[in-house]
Amino acid sequence: MTTTSGGATRIGGLTRERGPVVTAALLAIPLVFLGLFFVWPVATIVLTGLRPEGVLDLGALWRVLQDPTVGGVAWFTLWQAVVSTLLTLALGIPGAYALSRLEFRGRGVLRAAVTVPFVLPTVVVASAFLALLGPPSPLNTLLGGLFGEVAPTIDLRRTVTAILIAHAFFNYAVVVRTVGGLWSLLDPRLEDAARVMGASRWRAFREVSLPLLRPAIASAAAIVFLFTFTSFGVVLILGGPARATIEVEIHRATTQLLDLPLASVLALLQLVAVVSALFVYGRLQRRATRQPLVAGDQTVRPPRTRGERLFLSANLTVMAVLLAAPLLVLVERSLDVGEGYGFGHYRTLFATTADTILAVPPWVAIRNSIGFAVAATVVAVVVGALAATAAVTGRGPLARVVDGALMVPLGTSAVTIGFGFLITLNRPPVDLRGSPLLIPLAQALIATPFVVRTLLPVLRSIDERLREAAATLGATPRRIWQEVDLPIVGRALLVAAGFSFAIAVGEFGATVFVARAQFPTMPVAIFRFLGRPGAANFGQAMAMSTILMVVTASALLLIDRLRVGQVGRF
Amino acid sequence: MRSRTMLLLLGAALTLAACAEDDPVTLRLLTHDSFDVTTEVLEGFTAETDIEVEVIPSGDAGTVLNQAILTQDSPQGDLLFGVDNTFLSRALDAELFQSYRSPRLDVVPERFQLDPEHRVTPVDVGDVCLNYDVAFFEEQDLPVPEDLEDLTDEVYRGALAVQNPATSSPGLAFLLATIERFGEDGYLDFWERLRDNEVVVTDGWSEAYYGEFSAASDGDRPLVVSYASSPPAEVFFADPQPDEAPTGVIEGSCFRQIEFVGILATTEHPDAAQRFVDFMLSPTFQEDIPLQMFVFPVVEDAELPEVFVEHAELPEEPFELDPFVIGENREDWIDAWTRTVLR
Repeated sequence: MTTTSGGATRIGGLTRERGPVVTAALLAIPLVFLGLFFVWPVATIVLTGLRPEGVLDLGALWRVLQDPTVGGVAWFTLWQAVVSTLLTLALGIPGAYALSRLEFRGRGVLRAAVTVPFVLPTVVVASAFLALLGPPSPLNTLLGGLFGEVAPTIDLRRTVTAILIAHAFFNYAVVVRTVGGLWSLLDPRLEDAARVMGASRWRAFREVSLPLLRPAIASAAAIVFLFTFTSFGVVLILGGPARATIEVEIHRATTQLLDLPLASVLALLQLVAVVSALFVYGRLQRRATRQPLVAGDQTVRPPRTRGERLFLSANLTVMAVLLAAPLLVLVERSLDVGEGYGFGHYRTLFATTADTILAVPPWVAIRNSIGFAVAATVVAVVVGALAATAAVTGRGPLARVVDGALMVPLGTSAVTIGFGFLITLNRPPVDLRGSPLLIPLAQALIATPFVVRTLLPVLRSIDERLREAAATLGATPRRIWQEVDLPIVGRALLVAAGFSFAIAVGEFGATVFVARAQFPTMPVAIFRFLGRPGAANFGQAMAMSTILMVVTASALLLIDRLRVGQVGRF
Repeated sequence: MRSRTMLLLLGAALTLAACAEDDPVTLRLLTHDSFDVTTEVLEGFTAETDIEVEVIPSGDAGTVLNQAILTQDSPQGDLLFGVDNTFLSRALDAELFQSYRSPRLDVVPERFQLDPEHRVTPVDVGDVCLNYDVAFFEEQDLPVPEDLEDLTDEVYRGALAVQNPATSSPGLAFLLATIERFGEDGYLDFWERLRDNEVVVTDGWSEAYYGEFSAASDGDRPLVVSYASSPPAEVFFADPQPDEAPTGVIEGSCFRQIEFVGILATTEHPDAAQRFVDFMLSPTFQEDIPLQMFVFPVVEDAELPEVFVEHAELPEEPFELDPFVIGENREDWIDAWTRTVLR
């Protein structure tokens, strides 16, 4: 890769010659990261499954592909993911506008709060959903009040509708943060100009803003699709055990049946689907438009017209019904002490001392969760920022595929990755058995694609002429980065960091399968309480969930208010 | 800069992980998430023997066992606790454990000792049983079902919540109870009638107990598959503690679950591991079990805590099945069940 040439073409040649070297340097860390902590473990576990007796045995492949139920499972996995993604986009895109462009009281807090659902353990959220979707729900109370005896009783428990609503609940923030991140940087004068020229509001949005937002929308859609494609808990708990996704089947084959050939074939099937989806997405993504982005608070203004106020209220209503209601159910339960309300469960929780080996004092859990999340965020931001920069400025095939490659872990079974870690990172040269490092690494694997996806649309949209102008004025590349890129990218970086933090706090993916002796986190504590009978255990699980919500919202609020480069808060 | 620091940190951690050599012996105990022991009790073992014990929980019993089998050539631990009789044959077939007969087995009833070669040692017993909501049956003036057959009665329509045997250990135990009760020829017919009687199936224990069971949640099902020890837990974890447990156990529905510990064949500290197995059968550890793991001790000389004496009973004649019969048929039974109940 390194070439030293004579001083033939100094001026123009310098950047061109350096291109591949710089690209390689930028790509080194992301590729090592991906190779060591994804490709190697996953390839090893899949090959182990395909070679049960040491030789490649494709019998399992035929056995699985000829099984009629596998086709049904694959089809259900695909369509529920597509519909979930569309639903989330339909609800999230207006929400992104409301939260990134319209000024109103409590906007900052709300923007941090919409991310809270994202971090909650599925089993906790599911219990709230079951309360809201079953016969004793507020909706049925309302219907009963309106129509009396003849009122229909709506029971959505164990239905596909429940799955779709829950997916929208969990992933709303993905759309709001990814799309809103770019939207807050779009120059509002473009749309204003269209309006002045007589375009309707809808037409101005469709023909001006929408094309400019397309990369961010595509990013959000890709992430939501991958998340829902590999959905596990939501499908099992809310859809009922009769509905299975590929992820559910991989989980079952690996953790219960120990049928590795079956698990490997299903993992391959999942991989093929994910890579195809990413290929389609890459096609859409490449057509990004360059435009002058503006930094900071300049784009936010209070709603001016009646229509805008109505639009804002409609979005706030969606957030209240979709996001706030289930969360409030959890808070209510944490305060429910049998006869009336009180802080009894919180007192019990904080009275916990380490008098048993695996007891988790809440402060310890909070500290561990934050510690892991910070570590994972640092790893994800570093890896993601390098990869995104390489993807935008770099040359060569690797630079073109790096962002797609980093997305693949999102669409890969957590079981495959977790068990892959277990059988590869357990001996020299990389012996991480029982190491707490595995946890932030596994989290970063899931968080990195968010960083890349959030940064890419912004980086691609930065007007190259700004950089060129700065270069003409004699600015060094470093100075250009500081003065041109950073102020605009800063916001996206913060959005990305916030998301990485949320993912890590929520302990997504393979962390469930990583053995840990000494570092219980908030989700671990919640699972421990929920694993035991007794009102006090359930109450403490709800109290811990509420604390998890508060910690997440506070952390995101703090991250949103940080200053990066020249940019103030957004 | 930042990335270089990261790399350095990573490198340092890798080296540390590689060099962590145990000077006084440290045993690593692999186990499931439901394990626990009072710190004082475990420290007592260390004080007496100079052996440190690191407890490493990672997932449910099935996950822990499968992880141990897959990492046999470079294991994560020295002992594994939490294999039960429904998974026992898989552990033994994989030759995961080495034989050790603890002298303390003399006070463990024969019926708990399922491996004549002593590759695994029984530690606790906790039966999976139907639990019922006492208040519900009183209010509705309904008789509590006594036999599994009763569950298909019209009066219990929509009353029962069970777990999926493919994903849940109590779910599997309950399926095995029905196989023992109705025989291999009759259990699917029973489940078909149960399905027609609107049984609900959840993925795991928590979802059934805290999502469907009327005694412990907003759910409307007064019958749930849980444990013989759940009623004392309901009393113990209530504030204030009631005189009577709000839930009861249907004795004629119980399936025996015995949990075992085994010394991994690959351990470098077999002597220390054997001492730990002895310790797990000591009265100190055994008497700690009920209130930490909510299951029953296996030794005859352990005293039960008050709340267990008053509110729990280990069923006299639970359903039992030979572990190797379970091992040979588990997947077929689960598949047949899935087709009958879920599809």
